[in-house]
Amino acid sequence: MSTTIYYILMIAILLFVLTTIAAWLIWLERRVLALWQDRYGPNRAGPFGLFIVVADTIKLFFKEDWIPPFADKFIFVIAPAIVAAAVLMSFVVVPFAPGIVVADLNIGLLFFLAMSSLGVYSIVLGGWASNNKYSLLGALRGASQMISYEVFMGLSLMGVVMLSGSFRLTDIVLAQQDYWFIVTQPVGFVIFLIAGVAETHRLPFDIPEAESELVAGFHSEYSGMKFGMFFIGEYLGVILISSMVVTLFFGGWLGPSFLPGVVWFFLKTFVFILFFILLRASLPRPRYDQLMEYGWKVLLPLALLNLLITGAVVLVMKE
Amino acid sequence: MEAQSTSLNYLPIIFQLLVALGFVVFTMTLTHLIGPKRKTADKLVAFESGIKSIGNARQPFSIKYFLVAILFVLFDVEVIFMYPWAVNFREFGLNGLIEMFIFMGTLLLGFIYIIKKRALDWD
Repeated sequence: MSTTIYYILMIAILLFVLTTIAAWLIWLERRVLALWQDRYGPNRAGPFGLFIVVADTIKLFFKEDWIPPFADKFIFVIAPAIVAAAVLMSFVVVPFAPGIVVADLNIGLLFFLAMSSLGVYSIVLGGWASNNKYSLLGALRGASQMISYEVFMGLSLMGVVMLSGSFRLTDIVLAQQDYWFIVTQPVGFVIFLIAGVAETHRLPFDIPEAESELVAGFHSEYSGMKFGMFFIGEYLGVILISSMVVTLFFGGWLGPSFLPGVVWFFLKTFVFILFFILLRASLPRPRYDQLMEYGWKVLLPLALLNLLITGAVVLVMKE
Repeated sequence: MEAQSTSLNYLPIIFQLLVALGFVVFTMTLTHLIGPKRKTADKLVAFESGIKSIGNARQPFSIKYFLVAILFVLFDVEVIFMYPWAVNFREFGLNGLIEMFIFMGTLLLGFIYIIKKRALDWD
């Protein structure tokens, strides 16, 4: 019984912390982008413009919940719900510190991959149900981008799985006590990071929503809190990919003992979130065909090669 | 060997599912109830950059997207075979590695075939 209460408490805290971080991340992104581009960014509401998040949230709540008459109403409504719920589900398996994990599954990594691939449904369904030509184009591009990068996203992580011999994320973190897996798996790390950016369709891989050509793509017709759900899903996705990179390649909560594990985990995750924003600030968007060709012809063979070389080296070392 | 996950381990996932769905349904219903509802003529047609919208989006689209989806199914199924091998490969040892080389070789043949067929080229 007490474990049930523990779970419920953990989940409640997790939901609160994640949505709060995701909301402030919007402020952080706008401020940091402004800094890197020699602008001010939001600086009026509250200290450093921090309260802009509160204002935005209140505004989103009081906006009209518009369902276009030409849309498929049911699918139009459930599409944004899928992305937010699926990303929140993925956080179940992330180990924030020893003991601070909601469900320490022995198939944690597979669970993460399964949940992160559910996000593609929201794009396809949302874009299709909008019955808008821009949305349809965005949805199709988004779907083919995400499923293409999904193939080797999992594959790039198998090197880590081979080194640690487990799908359980806490085992993977504990296997990095001598050295972080970034040392032995740099190729896997780079491939996973690129695939992660593509999976969360963040810039520079925001081809499904490409503002300058598709006017927000798959969520052109969305407004109010339904748009907000896509937005929250995107920012939660950034946090998720960053925390998975930290867990799998940068030793998770491990670090010098003068700070507790949770702090190390959040510090490292924060670095990768900033990296995501830096990508947005500095890189132009590739063309759709360039993105697909790069994924299939470069990253997929590279991921396979990485897997085989890791296997061979591990076996030779064991002899 | 690691211990099997019992059904109890999956209990928090059900909780999390309920909480995540509850959060999403609650916020979306709330905004639906408190927001204003005004129907203006411009909102009733699909957005097409301000010009008059023509037809709707239920139109044929490029077959290339379908081809990508088929390739995804093929490759993802093959990649899934590598997951259990990766987690157990210490037990399989050298034989397992050679078998995986052969498996990836056949995969590579298919890969070269689809590249030769220009299935991955967008022209």
